[in-house]
Amino acid sequence: MAAVQSGMGEGVEEKDIKTEPASDGFGNNNANDGRLVSTSPGSNAPAASNKPVAGGPPEDQQTLLAVLQFLRKNKLTESVEILRREAGLPEDDLDPNGADSSGAGTGGAAGSVDSDAGDASSLLTRVTVSSSAAAQAPTKGTIQSDCCQVYDGASGGPVPGNSAAGEDQPDVSVVLSAYSQQGDPALYEVYYSSLKRFIETVLDCHRAELSQVFYPLFVHMYLELVYNNHENEAKAFFEKFSGDQECYYEDDLRVLSSLTKKEHMRGNETLLDFRTSKFVLRISRDSYQLLKRHLQERQNNQIWNIIQEHLYIDIFDGMPRSKSQIDAMSGSLAGEAKREANKAKVYYGLLKEPEIELPLDDEDEEAENEEGKPKKKKPKKDSMGSKSKKQDPNAPSQSRIPLPELKDSDKLDKIMYMKEATKRIRLGPDNLPSICFYSFLNAYQGLTAVDFTDDSSLIAGGFADSTVRVWSVTPKKLRKVKSAADLNLIDKESDDVLERIMDEKTASESKILYGHSGPVYGISFSPDRNYLLSSSEDGTVRLWSLQTFTCLVGYKGHNYPVWDTHFSPHGYYFVSGGHDRVARLWATDHYQPLRMFSGHLADITCTRFHPNSNYLATGSSDRTIRLWDVLNGNCVRIFTGHKGPIHALAFSPNGKFLASGATDGRVLLWDIGHGLMVGELKGHTDTIYSLRFSRDGEILASGSMDNTVRLWDAMKAFDDLETDDFTAATGHIHLQDNSQELLLGTYLTKSTPVIHLHFTRRNLLLAAGAYNP
Amino acid sequence: MAEERRQKQCSVVLPTESMKAMAESVGVGQLQEESCVALSEEVSYRIKEIAQDALKFMHHGKRRKLTTSDIDNALKLKNVEPLYGFQSQEFIPFRFASGGGRELHFYEEKEVDLSDIINTPLPRVPLDVSLKAHWLSIEGVQPSIPENPPPAPKEQQKAESTEPLKVVKPGQEEEGTIQGKSQGATAPDGKGQYLEKGLIRLKPRSTHELSVEQQLYYKEITEACVGSCEAKRAEALQSIATDPGLYQMLPRFSTFISEGVRVNVVQNNLALLIYLMRMVKALMDNPTLYLEKYLHELIPAVVTCIVSKQLCLRPDVDNHWALRDFAARLMAQSCKTFSTTTNNIQSRITKTFTKSWLDDKTQWTTRYGCIAGLAELGPDVIKTLILPRLAVEGARIKAVMEGPVVSNIDKIGADHVQSLLLKHCASVIAKIRPQPDNVEQYRTDYGYLGPMLCSHVMKARTQAALQAQQVNRTTLTITQVHLILRKIYLDKSVVVRKLCNELFSYHCSTSSLQYHLNVKHVAVSTRANVGYDSPGTGK
Repeated sequence: MAAVQSGMGEGVEEKDIKTEPASDGFGNNNANDGRLVSTSPGSNAPAASNKPVAGGPPEDQQTLLAVLQFLRKNKLTESVEILRREAGLPEDDLDPNGADSSGAGTGGAAGSVDSDAGDASSLLTRVTVSSSAAAQAPTKGTIQSDCCQVYDGASGGPVPGNSAAGEDQPDVSVVLSAYSQQGDPALYEVYYSSLKRFIETVLDCHRAELSQVFYPLFVHMYLELVYNNHENEAKAFFEKFSGDQECYYEDDLRVLSSLTKKEHMRGNETLLDFRTSKFVLRISRDSYQLLKRHLQERQNNQIWNIIQEHLYIDIFDGMPRSKSQIDAMSGSLAGEAKREANKAKVYYGLLKEPEIELPLDDEDEEAENEEGKPKKKKPKKDSMGSKSKKQDPNAPSQSRIPLPELKDSDKLDKIMYMKEATKRIRLGPDNLPSICFYSFLNAYQGLTAVDFTDDSSLIAGGFADSTVRVWSVTPKKLRKVKSAADLNLIDKESDDVLERIMDEKTASESKILYGHSGPVYGISFSPDRNYLLSSSEDGTVRLWSLQTFTCLVGYKGHNYPVWDTHFSPHGYYFVSGGHDRVARLWATDHYQPLRMFSGHLADITCTRFHPNSNYLATGSSDRTIRLWDVLNGNCVRIFTGHKGPIHALAFSPNGKFLASGATDGRVLLWDIGHGLMVGELKGHTDTIYSLRFSRDGEILASGSMDNTVRLWDAMKAFDDLETDDFTAATGHIHLQDNSQELLLGTYLTKSTPVIHLHFTRRNLLLAAGAYNP
Repeated sequence: MAEERRQKQCSVVLPTESMKAMAESVGVGQLQEESCVALSEEVSYRIKEIAQDALKFMHHGKRRKLTTSDIDNALKLKNVEPLYGFQSQEFIPFRFASGGGRELHFYEEKEVDLSDIINTPLPRVPLDVSLKAHWLSIEGVQPSIPENPPPAPKEQQKAESTEPLKVVKPGQEEEGTIQGKSQGATAPDGKGQYLEKGLIRLKPRSTHELSVEQQLYYKEITEACVGSCEAKRAEALQSIATDPGLYQMLPRFSTFISEGVRVNVVQNNLALLIYLMRMVKALMDNPTLYLEKYLHELIPAVVTCIVSKQLCLRPDVDNHWALRDFAARLMAQSCKTFSTTTNNIQSRITKTFTKSWLDDKTQWTTRYGCIAGLAELGPDVIKTLILPRLAVEGARIKAVMEGPVVSNIDKIGADHVQSLLLKHCASVIAKIRPQPDNVEQYRTDYGYLGPMLCSHVMKARTQAALQAQQVNRTTLTITQVHLILRKIYLDKSVVVRKLCNELFSYHCSTSSLQYHLNVKHVAVSTRANVGYDSPGTGK
């Protein structure tokens, strides 16, 4: 059943699709099942504004019909009844106002089906239960999920024939049947090579652009051959042309090469992605016309059909792009992101610091005065103050997302933070940070995740043996809270009650948390240091208390390994993502997810919250990064350009930029507001596992499997960009190859891969990794 | 993976024979060829799929090495029961057998005696995970501490010293020719350019300015090395022998030593000479230093300490012989490590020693040094250079010992030379001379030293026999343990390696493990090298 659930949660993004493929909406209804909790924990913050937006009536009709048809097809009469009852519809009756959208501007996609999100989830569970009860073929679950999957990523416009088929009988065979029309298998090679010849003879300026067509064409032609049981022709075709493809598709080609039978296509996720999501290409109008004319002249219908059905060609007016420009952006599983995908407005500004800060500032300043170093601090404070007072046009409104109210302890922590911030070292190319390296000894290759608390007092490690270990790196030892019986004996009125509740006898430098039943791949401290999250191969995310050192909650939802989890910088919310390709947003006090973000075509490998908590970024092994809006679950940015699975993400402290690192050893820099790639940092020779900006954003540190920590001049990387007149409209960037200038330092460790980096509040860089002798 | 790609990706499938063998193992005989082909294709596809999933787990486990648990997890993803019994990190317990035209891989299961397991001592408990912090960089500069890799690896130091002026060679590079042209064309401009270019093309060298910390360190270390506090000296020598970041100070150290020897030989300060020799030893022990560059300073210093006529104020009382022995050993060690066909250190040293030894006027002290230096170079040198001269030397010693008393010093010298010769030659003779040891025979062969040699040789023989016995006994116990362990573990090679590793690490000499394996467990060492070390595990 796991697959069913995961499959159904797909398809929240892509709001700019003109006509929805029918089952997109179906897959969608689970995504909004838990609306964002409308009150903040422990306070009465205003509810998130829910503007009801009616989905277009024809779409609703279509979607509902599709669902009903699907259920009937599968003899789930019970479910049909239920659905009809829940939706309050007679057979063909519709309620045009029934759609409830959980956010503004979701268009037709999000929440277009059901009148009530809560009902939707209950409906879903019933559907899944009854489908299993109906004793379908045991593979039913996966098939169903696959078919849902099909549409989630399908970012193209209407697919003739394909979507119709999906409505009637959403089954893999139908999806695949798009391949059934076939020509003579022997001619495939001829077609392909004639196109190749053509493209090789066109003008230089068009050649690079048109060459983009090769890879998707190659894949689809190969799959068509395989689907139609022309195994030998397929093999010959593959052998002949696989060498021509760009090297960054090597991984996919490897998967493809192992697939030679029609039966294999069933259940292979990578393939379904190829087939069902349209491969997106960006081609200038001139080049496109050239290609079109050629194909029409030659009556090359085979290729033309593939282009029409499986490719989405994003045509732009203007100069054709150069090879390097194309290479910078391509490499993802499903081509580049469409330009429209990155057009939505993103409020990347920081939230205003809570007002509680102001009196504290004065106190702080007084304290500073006592210490006798007010000079350094004042100008900085002013600039910061003025910034936060002026409403940043790019910042989201304070109540866009309900955030937890600050507790007294949080305020104390803020004061500490401000104090530390005044002692912060100003970093720069001439003033590099010191790096303190924490080596895990005797870890026997078992260290899988590390995190530091924001104040750098605790360090936690996740291990392959399912344990989570927490160390205190300050002289203050870790203590548990006393047992309930002992707590009763405490004088609750005393001033040091917080001290008294701790059990001195349990003081130790490290504690081990047992609970997971598989390797722990992701780990994250809550900002207030009271909790620790860990995600594991066993499919759960666990919340641990750092007061009692026990497990508080096991969040179940991902049924497959959860690769990463990250706490929101404001606490309370967290995100998790894993093998099931869905990122989930949770609140610590809800055992079900609040949001499900689906759209990635492969595993989600890393997750990261934006500093303002309104957005989160996910990196995936489909080699894209997506930015999601927490409020409405929309995908607001898709960044392509990496050539390998992404393993590290970092937001700049001002929230404007995102850095990402992948197995290809490159760090890419992205401008979130414009949705553009703005830099490429080459130097690492192996997977980058950690990225971090210094506290003021001047330095970007990257740690990699190649046993190095590298420091990059982030200021310069982003400054250059502002002087550069990049064309935000077209999104065509000219990347300078200035990695060497930006590289400020390379520090080699002694056979210790660097898997985590952290800047302390005073800008000391902490790094961590396991020593592998 | 890359290899797989190179050999036509599509067609890599398991051989059909394997399918047949597997079918047979589950009781299906006579599988048709067609079904075999179909099966093998299907199986190959699934295996590849699982391997690709397993890679994901490896990446997320932040490892470079795929483990069996990754495969298990990948199987779990596919809802397949994991394969049990492959938990071992190190090897996969498959055995291979062939015969009757068949080839099989099978899982070896041996009977294990329970009492043996109970009686074997428990292995050492693995250490718990712990956290250690060090400075990777301090304000952008990486400190040279043992936790960090050496700042300039030995190869780099070597490259710097062996290819010093490659860049400046005229005409070799484009720049060179350009420079030449411009120089010829316009003299003043050319000169300016030449200077400019000269600046650019200065060879990249290790900086000669030491940082303040390095200067302090150098001062502290040198003071401690020649100071009076023995504990401090030990610490300093330890630091020289282990610290990875000393290469910048190496020129200073070598000058310090050579100058120190020069001064102290004149002043006959034996203690300081000994301290300096210990510094040389520490420098040679440091694995990160490329000493070749400084041998021209170090070797003369060492040789001085071996052959100098006088090393101390009172040669009759002070034990300068020990210094000569120590320095001779150092010399032998440097010959072993640094002698190449190009620098010919060993032969040059040998010539020097022999020449002064052959000189009749050479004093006993120098004579002693020469013999010690030669003897330390190994049994071959003893055999070819010392043994033939035993008779002559014996006569000389006899003249001093039994002749008229010339001086006490000479007598002591002759006495030392005699015992030195006896010590080194006895073991060599014991090896090359057949038994029985006849005193008369020895006298005719080796003259004055003959009878004494004879008794020494006989002593050496009995000692060797005794040692051999001991060695036999220890190997016996080891084999017994092997026998026990072999019943528990299945792979002998691993066990032997592990066991011997334990043994050697206990005796603090892991380096000779491979040697031990080669000698004692030939089968294992070859197998282990192939099957065990090849996955790039290192240990």
